[in-house]
Amino acid sequence: MSVLVYVESPKGHIKKTGNEVITYGSRLARQLGTDCIALIIGKADDPASCGLYGATKVMHLNPGAEPDFDSQAFTALIAEAAARTGAQNIILSNTANGKALTGRLAIRLNAGDVTGANSLPETGSGFTVTKSVFSGKAIARYSIDTPVKVISVMGNTLQPDASGSPAAVETVEIAMMTTKLKVLEKKTSEGIVPLPEAELVVSAGRGMKGPENWGIVEDLAAALGATTACSRPVADSGWRPHHEHVGQTGVAIRPNLYIAIGISGAIQHLAGVNNSKVIVAINKDPEAPFFKAADYGIVGDLFEVVPRLTEAIKKFKHT
Amino acid sequence: MLSLLPQSGTECQLAAGAINKSGTGLLTFLFKDLQMNILVCISKTPDTTSKISFRSDDTEYNADGVTFIMNPYDEWYALVRAIELTEQNGGNVTVINVGPTANDIIIRKALAIGANDAVRIDLDPADAYVTAANIADHARSHNYDLIMLGKETIDFNGSETGAMIAELLQLPFVSYASDLKVSGSTSTVTRDIEGGVEVCQVEGPFVLSAAKGLAEQRIPNMKGIMMAKTKPLAVVPPTVQNTRVRTSKFVLPAAKSGVKMVAPDNMDELVRLLHEEAKVI
Ligand SMILES: Cc1cc2nc3c(=O)[nH]c(=O)nc-3n(C[C@H](O)[C@H](O)[C@H](O)COP(=O)(O)OP(=O)(O)OC[C@H]3O[C@@H](n4cnc5c(N)ncnc54)[C@H](O)[C@@H]3O)c2cc1C
Ligand SMILES: Nc1ncnc2c1ncn2[C@@H]1O[C@H](COP(=O)(O)O)[C@@H](O)[C@H]1O
Repeated sequence: MSVLVYVESPKGHIKKTGNEVITYGSRLARQLGTDCIALIIGKADDPASCGLYGATKVMHLNPGAEPDFDSQAFTALIAEAAARTGAQNIILSNTANGKALTGRLAIRLNAGDVTGANSLPETGSGFTVTKSVFSGKAIARYSIDTPVKVISVMGNTLQPDASGSPAAVETVEIAMMTTKLKVLEKKTSEGIVPLPEAELVVSAGRGMKGPENWGIVEDLAAALGATTACSRPVADSGWRPHHEHVGQTGVAIRPNLYIAIGISGAIQHLAGVNNSKVIVAINKDPEAPFFKAADYGIVGDLFEVVPRLTEAIKKFKHT
Repeated sequence: MLSLLPQSGTECQLAAGAINKSGTGLLTFLFKDLQMNILVCISKTPDTTSKISFRSDDTEYNADGVTFIMNPYDEWYALVRAIELTEQNGGNVTVINVGPTANDIIIRKALAIGANDAVRIDLDPADAYVTAANIADHARSHNYDLIMLGKETIDFNGSETGAMIAELLQLPFVSYASDLKVSGSTSTVTRDIEGGVEVCQVEGPFVLSAAKGLAEQRIPNMKGIMMAKTKPLAVVPPTVQNTRVRTSKFVLPAAKSGVKMVAPDNMDELVRLLHEEAKVI
């Protein structure tokens, strides 16, 4: 009944979210008294490193060329790996690809599944796992009754724990199944941590008055090493790109730190950010609803406060 | 277009061949080829501003006094894009919901926005599996060229129903689609991924989940609302009833301990708090 963790390795590199799910899978394996097998499909620079995060073994499926993502083909491979290893618990990251795989795998393996789990399962009697629902307004506890379980894990649920040692890697040469889907092109911004993975986020709203003022937000983000985000009207007016829009209809995030600048704190905005560990709100209106959801609040003019904060961060980083 | 009936890639090709050899004139064939038969899966969620509470010892969502809406991703993006495609090329948009009689309100709204007909599978689904299994069973006996869903429901954020339907029907699945172009039997889809987009090309029928950008929200007009009253809504019994996952309990998250105010001219103090107290920088 071992635990199989599918680890994404874009361009051969395992990201923090990947190491988080291995940590999650190995803790679950320890709870169940079984082993944790990491599965990598495609290019992998350092598959043995999965052992650092608790994998006892790494299965590396190598199709030669870097495979394009196709949920159908990947599902077939992960299901095959589960059959070979006798795994009954399949763990994935709750990424765009991870979510596209979770439901498919549940069908393929006759399993119950939970997407976006935010805690380790309780396995004392039965099998229950929690996730945040109703836009962060509640937590649901799910019981999975089937023998096989598939779970995708929300980013930032556990910190990666690298206290293990490199694991043995079994490389298997494979052929990808041909399907009716072909990836023509992939466009991702280089160098910047994508919003769903960012630990520090600086976000701004309509209080900025216009796109020409974003320099102070970018300066703060650069000083912190943070990713930038925005409220929906800002993206809708074309002040910022759509992929920066956070909230109920945008990206849902849970960084360690979320700094909200000139954002009122409407319920639909909070829905996407209220799982952040720490929230700082900067607003000139002391009655702004964001202060009810924030941990730290500053009442003041953002055009004065934000540059001051940037200077203070720079000073802190230099000492 | 290809029919959804075939279960595997090879049969799919056979079916396409069968259409080609059907002997109809080339013009009718070409015309028919462009027409799309689209299934849009719609769900019902509490309005975003609803108060969330639970009952029966916190095992059940308390729907008393809650206003329900059609899930925004289903209504604004999946449904509208489906209608646009049939407006351009002809064809039919069927909406489907797995749910109780009370859901007829959102189904009528979908018809008022422009769907042609509707199916309601008469079951209050307790998990995504039972929803997907019933929709897949329905799709097996109808020739849909495309099955569209929202990227997720805004209450339980499952984002899994589409993947399940696709696997049940052995079809490609493109999630988080923000752009869809169809040309004959070839579709080009842009999907949102972490930090960017991926452009995919799919041949034949497939399942798609819709994200923001796929279309622009449409408000039903008076004519649409009147017409919706007479459009067909078939209520059918479920084919699958068993579930795999139970919601055993709801918990309200711990309340924030209250905001700590920092003077706007003392950002060094904020940095200190973030470092020493919150330990996030
Ligand atoms: C179904 C639905 C879904 C939605 N989904 C989302 C979503 O996903 N994400 C989202 O963000 N919104 C969403 N919205 C919109 C949401 O309701 C709000 O309208 C929106 O979040 C407001 O954006 P804002 O805070 O930037 O602007 P505003 O509400 O205009 O707030 C601007 C704030 O800036 C402050 N300010 C102005 N000048 C200064 C200054 N010089 N210094 C300091 N502070 C200043 C003001 O006091 C004010 O609080 C949704 C709405 C609906 C109906
Ligand atoms: N009961 C239902 N009936 C029809 N479609 C549904 C139902 N529940 C979910 N869906 C569809 O599946 C999508 C994703 O839902 P979920 O997987 O629950 O997040 C929704 O946006 C709908 O398009």
